[in-house]
Amino acid sequence: MTIEELEQIAKSVLQENEKYDFEVNVCMDLACMSQGADRLREALAKAAETSGKKILVRRTGCMGPCSSGPLVRVDPEEHLYHHVKAGNADAIVASLGGAPVPDLQCDLNDHFDKQVRVVLENAGHIDPEKIDDYISRDGYKALLTALTEMTPNGVVHRITESGLRGRGGGGYPTGLKWGTVAKAGGDMKYVVCNGDEGDPGAFMDRSVMEGDPHRVIEGMAIAAYAVGASKGFIYVRAEYPVAVSRLTTALRDARRRGLLGNGICNTPFNFDIEIRLGAGAFVCGEETALLASIEGRRGTPRTRPPYPAVSGLWGKPTLLNNVETYANIAPIIRNGGKWFANMGSERSKGTKVFALTGKITNTGLVEVPMGIKLREIIEGIGGGVPGGHTFKAVQTGGPSGGCIPAEMLDLGVSYDALMAVGSIMGSGGMIVMDDTSCMVNVAKFFVEFCKSESCGKCIPCRAGTAQMHTLLTRICDGKGTMEDLDLLVSLCETIKETSLCGLGMTAPNPVLSTLKYFRNEYIEHIVNKRCPAGVCTMEAPVPEAPVEVLA
Amino acid sequence: MAAFTPPPLPSDDKRWKIVNGTMRKNGFARHALIETLHTVQSAFGYLDDDSIRFVARSLRVPLSQAYGVVTFYHYFSLKPPGKHTVTVCAGTACYIKGADKLIATAEKRLGISQGQTTSDGEISLMTARCVGACSRAPVVLFDGEVSGEMASEHMLEQLERWTVA
Repeated sequence: MTIEELEQIAKSVLQENEKYDFEVNVCMDLACMSQGADRLREALAKAAETSGKKILVRRTGCMGPCSSGPLVRVDPEEHLYHHVKAGNADAIVASLGGAPVPDLQCDLNDHFDKQVRVVLENAGHIDPEKIDDYISRDGYKALLTALTEMTPNGVVHRITESGLRGRGGGGYPTGLKWGTVAKAGGDMKYVVCNGDEGDPGAFMDRSVMEGDPHRVIEGMAIAAYAVGASKGFIYVRAEYPVAVSRLTTALRDARRRGLLGNGICNTPFNFDIEIRLGAGAFVCGEETALLASIEGRRGTPRTRPPYPAVSGLWGKPTLLNNVETYANIAPIIRNGGKWFANMGSERSKGTKVFALTGKITNTGLVEVPMGIKLREIIEGIGGGVPGGHTFKAVQTGGPSGGCIPAEMLDLGVSYDALMAVGSIMGSGGMIVMDDTSCMVNVAKFFVEFCKSESCGKCIPCRAGTAQMHTLLTRICDGKGTMEDLDLLVSLCETIKETSLCGLGMTAPNPVLSTLKYFRNEYIEHIVNKRCPAGVCTMEAPVPEAPVEVLA
Repeated sequence: MAAFTPPPLPSDDKRWKIVNGTMRKNGFARHALIETLHTVQSAFGYLDDDSIRFVARSLRVPLSQAYGVVTFYHYFSLKPPGKHTVTVCAGTACYIKGADKLIATAEKRLGISQGQTTSDGEISLMTARCVGACSRAPVVLFDGEVSGEMASEHMLEQLERWTVA
């Protein structure tokens, strides 16, 4: 495969598409599928066949506003239809070339206007199971450019110049990480993609793997060239069967096209990727635990250093990045580091994909430039809180993150700003809560999660999360005391400072942030035995025993 | 050193050949343990003592380590599933939108707790950490099929259909 051949494929796809007068794109992401998108596509294909018009019906990845699904976009007019049922297929096909179907048209300009699509540029435009569709949108061009025109050092330099930071949540500078692995000695190195999106309430990585799998593969291959690795692993949650099957197809097609394997693009570069399935352990999102799991062991973290960049899989230097990080690589190579660095804020460059869920009108997947105000995401793009309720908090970063109150909605989204208010960027889950959510109960929910997901290796996390849960349960049941609050705070500080890995170190965040911004709710539960949101029942029996150390 | 001979298949059941295939594909390497356990679970529905023993011996992994891996990961089950499985997603977005009430309703209707199967072996009630369909929360999976924006009545209707059939 050469760049000329790549361009030839792209050209033939465009020629093929030009045979059709209309393109009907059907979103077939999980959310739309659960609303009958597969039946809809069949109906559209059937209607298209009998209509006599030249229509291409295409399955695509997530288009974004899932709450309006199933979604259909008609090109070239770019009419977006919402809540489409199989019964609407005939009307849509009949309308092609004329006026759009009025009942189905949706006005989501506010939703789309503020978004900038880099990672999701292909979502909703290509069939994820067709490699040629990806190639027709500049796919694999970055890989071949890197292989033929750039040195590995040049690639690392360009990534460093872009200012890209790890999208898994930590925000470690990607270029720096690549440089470390590139400098590490040894004949065998690995590149690993973290697709273990364990953070409940987040589904960006699933949508990218399902909607544009080749983008992840291309990013990994470029990374492998830059750091000198020849073998890659994608670690995907077993709970994402569609992502696994799409990636399997994509890997097979990439091998057939000579974009993976030996001597890629007639260069000495060899690289191939295997998929490894997770098995439902949140802690495996932690890098050393993930590597243990790939090696077929229990996913327990170990102390660092040595960092995986020096000693990772089977003791070899290993580059580990998140799905969204790899998804950013190809556009950076194509458009240059400066282009990427021009987007975003001072210390957080580029865009970020968020999964907007909870009590918000437009739930779904959004991609915004870093630095955008939370208010613009929630009230503008998200359409605000529905049903006459009032906004109370937005939770970012999952079980490791915190709850941000209404007063802080004018905060610009960046790694540092979120950290400063006691939350984290995390992988990109954004859960909106209104006046019907009890913040103490939410804190209890997250702590319960961390308690059950703690791997048990270190005591602060294993025993500490259990003790936090006991205290929070007591408060939710109306049996708490003001002393419990002090105990909770000191316990949180201890867990934060003494845990082995990120899971324990960040587990107190939901508690600390709700205590900071919603202390009144805690006090209401303790002093007046009342849950302001009406969630906690205050009557569940609770053992009166004092808190014991379970270590 | 004598070459390693993998143990014979536990029975004539053809599914063991699929399991063996996964191990062979990975050259009977120890790191294929989790992959192989996935294959066993998808072929048999769960992991029992015999299968764990067989996989451990084939991959030359200590039985304690194999058992440790099986019990560490939530995805692996040591109990056979019911004929049908209803899984309520208990991720954050689903929780905020009332997944706990759905779980309570299902527990009451089936007379079992989450993670259990009805005594006639018909229906298993499970919870999931997050299936990634958060934008349509709360989400319930009926035999793996995702249904969004689930109301208690709809879930009960589906459970009735299973009970009657």
